[in-house]
Formats: sequence, C-alpha cells, structure tokens
Amino acid sequence: MEPILQVKDLSISFTQYGRGTRQVLLPVIQDLSLTIRPGQVVAVVGSSGSGKSLLAHGILGILPYNSHMAGEITFLGQPLTPKRAEAVRGTEIVLVPQGVTYLDPLMKVGPQIRKGRRDQKARQASRTALKRYGLGEEVESLYPFELSGGMARRVLIATAAAETPKLVIADEPTPGLDARSAQRVLGHFRELADGGAGVLLITHDLELALTIADRVAVFYAGETVEEADAADFTAGKLRHPYTRALWNALPQNGFVPIPGAQPGPGEVGKGCPFAPRCPKQRPECLSPVSYRELEGGLVRCLYPEGEMV
Amino acid sequence: MSLEAKQLTFGYRGKNRKRVLESVDLTVAHGERLGLAGPSGRGKTTLCKLLSGFEAPDGGTVLVDGKPLRDYRGICPVQMIWQHPETAVDPLMKLGDTLREGGPVEEELLEALHIQPAWLERYPAELSGGELQRFCIARALRPGVQYLLCDEITAMLDLITQAQIWTFLLEQVERRDLGLVIVSHNAPLLERLCTRIQDLDK
Ligand code: SF4
Repeated sequence: MEPILQVKDLSISFTQYGRGTRQVLLPVIQDLSLTIRPGQVVAVVGSSGSGKSLLAHGILGILPYNSHMAGEITFLGQPLTPKRAEAVRGTEIVLVPQGVTYLDPLMKVGPQIRKGRRDQKARQASRTALKRYGLGEEVESLYPFELSGGMARRVLIATAAAETPKLVIADEPTPGLDARSAQRVLGHFRELADGGAGVLLITHDLELALTIADRVAVFYAGETVEEADAADFTAGKLRHPYTRALWNALPQNGFVPIPGAQPGPGEVGKGCPFAPRCPKQRPECLSPVSYRELEGGLVRCLYPEGEMV
Repeated sequence: MSLEAKQLTFGYRGKNRKRVLESVDLTVAHGERLGLAGPSGRGKTTLCKLLSGFEAPDGGTVLVDGKPLRDYRGICPVQMIWQHPETAVDPLMKLGDTLREGGPVEEELLEALHIQPAWLERYPAELSGGELQRFCIARALRPGVQYLLCDEITAMLDLITQAQIWTFLLEQVERRDLGLVIVSHNAPLLERLCTRIQDLDK
C-alpha cells in the first residue's frame, strides 16, 4: 500500500545570533526518516527538549521563520511542498495539539469544532463528531474552561476528526490524564487509524505509546536512535542502549536512572549523541554512527543490545 | 507529629458551583509517603492546595504538627511541587531572584539537582520543563520544610529523568524525615514510592 507519509533524511535547524553579527546554525533534528502507511499508528517517543514537536511543525509547514528544513517529505506520493502543506493543513493533515490552550478560551465548543461555519451540515457534523467521542450535545455550549482535561482532549480530537483527515498528527496528547482517560484518548487515535488514516503519535510516554502503536521510533537529542515494531518493545527486544536505559527506569522494572541529561541543540558532537551516558561507549563511538537495519528494525549504535561483539 | 486534614470541604466559586471536596480526612506522619490515587476530577490537586495553604477550605482544618496551618508565619512548612513548573514561577523574574525570595538555599542541593549556576541568571521560559521542575524541587526543599506535596511532578518527564528525580527526592525525604504526599495517575509509580495509598474515591 502506498504510504501516507514518507519522511526522508529530514533535518531542521535554527539560526541563532552569537556574539556580534556571527550566525550559528543550531541543528535540532538530524536525518530523521519515517514511513506511515494507511491504518498505522507510528509513535515517535522522545523526552521534552528532544526536538520531537518540531517534527510535527515541519510536516505541517509551520516552522518559525528562522528555521531551515532539509530532506524530503512525501504525502500520498507527492512532495509536500510548503504550498501544498498549507492547502491540506486542517483538512487532509490535521494536528491534535499538545496543549488545550489551543482551544480558543472565549469561544464555545460547538463553534470551535465547526470552525465558525453555521450551516446545517456543519452543525450535524459537529454533533456526530462529539457523539463519536462520547460527548453530549450540551458540550457544544460550554466554554473550554468548563471542560475537564479528558473532555478537552476529546474536543480537540473531535475537532480534528470532523474533517476526515488522511494523516493525524497527535502531539503529546495525554499528559495529566488519568490512566483510564489516557487510554480512552489513545483508543480514539487507534480508531482513526483502523478507519484508514495514518497516525503520527508524538509522545514522551513509551509505555502508553506501546499500547496503541504499530511502530515506534525512539528519539534522542534530535536523532532517531531506534525504530522497530511495537511488539519488539513489549517483548523486551530492545536494540539501542538508550532504549534499554528507558526500560530499566520504569517504576515496575528497576526504577534505575542512568546519570546525566540529554544534550541540547548545539551540545551534540560528531559521534553518537548518547555516548557520554552510555555504559558501552568506546572510542569509535565518537565518530559518526550510521542508522542501520537490525532484525526487522533500525538502530543507530555500533554495539546494539543483543548483538554479540 | 503529622500533617492532618480534618473534614476538609471545598468548592470553587463560579456559576456551577460544585463541591470538589466533601469532608475529607487525611493524615501523613513524618517519614511516611502517602500516595493519592483515584481518577481525575476527584480533587486531588485541590486537596494539595488546601494542605499547603494556597486555598483556604470552606470547612474543616489543616493541622501541621498539631497547630493550625493558618497560624504559621513565614515560609510554609508544607511545600507543594506542581505538575506544570512553568505555572509555579513568576515568568518575569529571573530564577535566582525567585529562589532568593524564599530565603537561603543550600549550594549542595543545587549541585545534587544539577542546577547550573548560569540558570539562575535566566528566565523560566529559557529552561526546559525538566530543568525547571528540578529548580522548583530545590525551591521546595528549603530549610524548615516538614511536608512535601508532589502533584504529578514527573508526568511530563521522560522515564530516566523521572527515576533520577524520585531517587533524589526519596533520599532527601529520608534524610530530613519529611512527610510526603504523592499524587499520580501512574499506579506502578505509586506502588514503587509509597508506604501507603489512599483512594480519594472511597
Ligand atoms: S554507538 Fe556506542 S556510545 Fe552510542 S549507544 Fe552505541 S555503544 Fe553506546
């Protein structure tokens, strides 16, 4: 099946002004590749500050003016140029944003979902959308502040789904929700995928991602370090030492933290970005490490887990 | 010696005024780590606000080591750490000034939390969520604190940072014999951290 979205060697960087008039280019995302097919939920898992939200903005063509993007993005077989991105944004490609602050605080829910349209058809569509997400008609006349966190998320999804999108990008859709509400919100993304859409789920929560994703890409310091079927992760088959460290830090596993912090943009050297924290680091890790296939997945590591050296 | 909530009742003012808390009792002793579970909307955050004096209850009292919370002057012996650190600091104030506002802070603490001296010259928006949360933890752990309330403080953070923060906090709590209240939706996390779990539902 033709992929809905294909991202190839995407890099995003920002121009910053250093001392005087010197300009520095800060790379935030490097060589990211990703494919989403119809019916698939692909999760990009990374901590805050890893640059993962910019991926969404890059696809949607809404990066800030001082940014530069390189690489290829293909949507339904055609290059996704900035012009095309603008044309399909909000209809064929929708974003379910991170914060409920995206809801206009002064506008009732109904008009927000209808995006200001007032005709009968739009009204019908917004009711159907709300109902689908377990929200009654009365929600239409509420203001955002009157919604609980879980309801607000569902309103955001309803707003996105009302357009029957081909690609849904969900940016950190669950923080602050209790386990039940989070599961329910994620279930809705699963349904959208089962209905034939592609879903890109951007999250910091590996565990939650694993409950609905088909494929998972782990993001560290602007680079994808591992990509594999979700089933591999749940079976404990991990490829990259960083993913292993995430796994061991789960409260129900060891709850063992590794020291240090993820480097920020501009703090990454030429070699493996995880090297300063990696227990398996060797001198050769300080040279560029390529992204390679390993048993049905991809890994950016010279000495991956499970591979004998 | 404990932090006690006695028959706390509270409702936010507004047009559909609803009781968020109805006669809630709770006790945490020094050295105890109490987990608060239950779905969203059951007033866990509100309860923390009442326990730390950010809101005053409509009914009932909060006692800190036997003395009503409202009778304490100066730095509150009950400190709360919030889920969204950016809402817990003044965005227009340099972090160093925010920190000094609450009295002296141990250098050692800043070091242990990997808070770089340069951050103190910055504004909140210049730090990442994880960095800012570590700053808020340092601020809460000031001398004189007896009880610490943690409201989903690591929900936004990756697993490694989460484990780092809790390992550090547990050690502090033990060393200073603090009483700890932890609100979290993460059941395995509560099980790992708490000596006792109370469901606000019941
Ligand atoms: S490339 Fe080297 S430093 Fe990087 S993760 Fe692999 S073993 Fe560790």
